[in-house]
Amino acid sequence: MKTLTPLQSVSVDLAETGHVVELPSVLDGKSHLSADRRKSLEPREINSLMAAVAEHQDIDAYQLLYNYFVPKVRAYMSKIGSDRAFADEMAQEAMLRVWRKARLFDPGKGQASTWIYTIARNVRIDALRRGPRPTFDQNDPAFIPEDEPAADVALERQQDADRLRVAMASLKPDEIKTLRLSFFEDMAHPAIAAALGIPIGTVKSRIRNACLKLRAILKDA
Amino acid sequence: MSEAARNTQGRVTVLHHLNDDLLMSYAAGTLSEGWSIGVATHLSFCPGCRQRLSEFESIGGHFLECEEVEGDETAGWEEIQKRLDVPSSNITAIAVGSDPLFPQPLFSYVEAAGGLRWRSLGSGASQMKVPTSDPSTVVRLLKIPAGKPVPEHSHSGRELTLVLAGSFGDSVSVFNRGDVELADDDLTHQPKATPEGDCICLAITEAPLRFTSRIVRFLQPFLGI
Repeated sequence: MKTLTPLQSVSVDLAETGHVVELPSVLDGKSHLSADRRKSLEPREINSLMAAVAEHQDIDAYQLLYNYFVPKVRAYMSKIGSDRAFADEMAQEAMLRVWRKARLFDPGKGQASTWIYTIARNVRIDALRRGPRPTFDQNDPAFIPEDEPAADVALERQQDADRLRVAMASLKPDEIKTLRLSFFEDMAHPAIAAALGIPIGTVKSRIRNACLKLRAILKDA
Repeated sequence: MSEAARNTQGRVTVLHHLNDDLLMSYAAGTLSEGWSIGVATHLSFCPGCRQRLSEFESIGGHFLECEEVEGDETAGWEEIQKRLDVPSSNITAIAVGSDPLFPQPLFSYVEAAGGLRWRSLGSGASQMKVPTSDPSTVVRLLKIPAGKPVPEHSHSGRELTLVLAGSFGDSVSVFNRGDVELADDDLTHQPKATPEGDCICLAITEAPLRFTSRIVRFLQPFLGI
């Protein structure tokens, strides 16, 4: 088992990777876990911490991510059913997979929070016993890969994340609520319609409008 | 347009894509297994739709980040710490079976079914049912001889057809390998396989199929249609 190392070592390691120029403020050695374990993390910080876990199994970075994400993942899992203990167990399982699969995280391909979300989602699908989740396989010879990625994908992805936040902020409260029910509460369109007391056509048009707005802003590079 | 879509040096250029509805529910994890097979198989062919998928997944990531939680909920660290082994370094090197015709995940379903086994539908076309654990959909492979019409399915609800080999089309558009045709109730058309060769497609429909005849509907489970 790995033992905890001083927080300062994280900063050194991060600087060596070349991925991160800006050191996350949570890693500057001044903040202390026990004093501020619930500290809010910026997407940039989350990405840096995840990169540290991915590249050298940094347990301190992982602990910060764990503290930040586990209550959120637990809330996400609580939609499985009324069994609180089971939701806790699934949240632990998801966070454990974050650690074990960390090497698969590629900062050039997307945000760490998105990656953690997809892991939690897959755990939840398994827990709901909906059957297997069919997924494409990048190692499959029939798989058609992307064209050459742009020179600085990491920067581009960071800009994508910033744009997504701007885009989400531009949605109407009704549209946000509808999207959240879909992504967080595990509801298909008929369930959303029933929950909000609106026709299914309205659910669809809200989602369609939200997609149009998001796409317009995300494409606006 | 169909010329442009034809394989250029073995590459597939997809012209007909998944809609937002399917991609978003796949990203949210609410899409059932049957539809997900079609979505994931198209995603194997289509970098553009994979990019759109990751945009939808980032909405999920955004909601996860924005989730407000109260109280000290970070319990469990002591327990999980004991389970943090050294992450595996060769996690990506999982060997998969492969087939030039069927990308993953479709290949694994065909394999699990014991390989390709066509059953004649009459009129020259044949089909193979792809077993899944999803009772809300019917997943089939269709083989349509060159120049023959695609067998009419129910059109009782949503339908996804993905071309795996050859192509089919009508006067309006042609669908080649990787292309997806989405249809719903009000679509009435009967495309044909193009004359160049047999067309093999993956077809996903809502189950059970709605038949007008009550007797056929009653017999449906026994007929396996």
